[in-house]
Amino acid sequence: MEGVVVLLNCFVSPFGNRVRIALKFKGVAYEEKAENLAAKSPLLLSSNPVHAKVPVLIVDGKPVCESLVILEFIDDGFSAAGAPPLLPADPYARAHARFWASYVDTKLNEAGMRVWRSPKGATAAVEAARKDTVAALKTLEAELGGKPYFGGDALGYVDVALVPFAPWFLTYERFGGFTVAAECPALAAWADRCVRENTCVAESLPEAEHVFQFVCGMRKAFGLD
Amino acid sequence: MDHHLEQQAAESEKKAVKLLGMWASPYVLQVRWALAMKGVEYEYVEEDLRSKSAQLLAYNPVHKKVPVLVYHGRPIAESQVILEFIDDAWNHRGDPILPRDPYRRAMARFWARFKQDKLSPPIWRWFTTEGEEQEAAYEAAVEQLLVLEKELAVSGKPFFGGEKVGFVDLSLSPLAYVIPIYEEIVTGGGGGGVKMVTEEKMPSLAAWMGRFLSSPAVRGHLPPLEKLRPRCQAMREAFLVSARAKVEQQQQQ
Repeated sequence: MEGVVVLLNCFVSPFGNRVRIALKFKGVAYEEKAENLAAKSPLLLSSNPVHAKVPVLIVDGKPVCESLVILEFIDDGFSAAGAPPLLPADPYARAHARFWASYVDTKLNEAGMRVWRSPKGATAAVEAARKDTVAALKTLEAELGGKPYFGGDALGYVDVALVPFAPWFLTYERFGGFTVAAECPALAAWADRCVRENTCVAESLPEAEHVFQFVCGMRKAFGLD
Repeated sequence: MDHHLEQQAAESEKKAVKLLGMWASPYVLQVRWALAMKGVEYEYVEEDLRSKSAQLLAYNPVHKKVPVLVYHGRPIAESQVILEFIDDAWNHRGDPILPRDPYRRAMARFWARFKQDKLSPPIWRWFTTEGEEQEAAYEAAVEQLLVLEKELAVSGKPFFGGEKVGFVDLSLSPLAYVIPIYEEIVTGGGGGGVKMVTEEKMPSLAAWMGRFLSSPAVRGHLPPLEKLRPRCQAMREAFLVSARAKVEQQQQQ
């Protein structure tokens, strides 16, 4: 694939950071533009008119939206360079990977958001959100099983889909009152392994404390405290 | 291949592919149409979702939903994942469901999600509410339908997939037959009621609906409209009754 590659992202976005990891994994040169989600740029609004969300990947002027769609696009479009594929070749294994990536969005992200987004004092809502988040993490941990990565021996599609949520664990823990290390030790170990053994991951993820500060700022701005 | 060998191949394929479904589910229908596009023989198992079978719970423990496609004993769940699997596993057969070009593939996946994220929620809200809430939902749904209308009109093609039915057409397929049912029910079955998709406002989409339902894969397995109407009617009534009861309760407090 030819052309200039631009990524519109927000540094804490787990969805945007999936794309960062994939681009670095494939060795694709790109330019990143940081978006202020409270004041979206004209470029963001024109390249993602339907959702006005990050990430957006713009290749040769053509925008691609939705992080998992972008991951597959990167995998489809940049594999010719001899870079390893994110998705396996076998149809069943691909379906399996897509199922679990979708699970991260529909079950983990959804519950995690409720943990940190609930207004102060909404204890019942936070407790319910905590339970759902822990349940989702445990389900993912069970899927990982004894493998070093969801993709097997090496980083794959599901790993890239999930690991950008690891910097958010601290935020879930502080608002939800639990620790991932205690509830899901294997998953916590996996998150560390991803960072330790893969520069593309280490270079793509924000500090957990920065995510927490960002969320605290958002909560103030939305009057949740 | 001679006739005997062909028969044997079809029978052994049927044993290899099983679909767990439920007659009213549009997600199941999408999968059936995709399998028909690829000419795949399969065993169909009707599930009673009020009393889920041990088989369903074993094959889809995470979500416990249909459709589930079982391929040589291995289950695949989530309709969009299944559609992509069918395209991958039978890519040597029939027409491609997804485009081959990476950018066009990305656009196809984007539009499939659009339906789930932006279109289905307001349409469902419109169908299950009344009064102001329903009016607001109607406006929201029409706004999103116009986005689709523009997309199809600009392409100038008969289907979202181009000359033939593709991934986006399959993903949008419930709109083709569910919207007319909803329109009938919401306006009480009388003539001159409120329509969501009109030839006037959305000519491309209106034409697409009829064209999609007459396409080869769909013609062989039409949605069960006669059974669906009373079922949808009952659903709307149940939602309205429950909403009215809540309002009464709140007024008494």
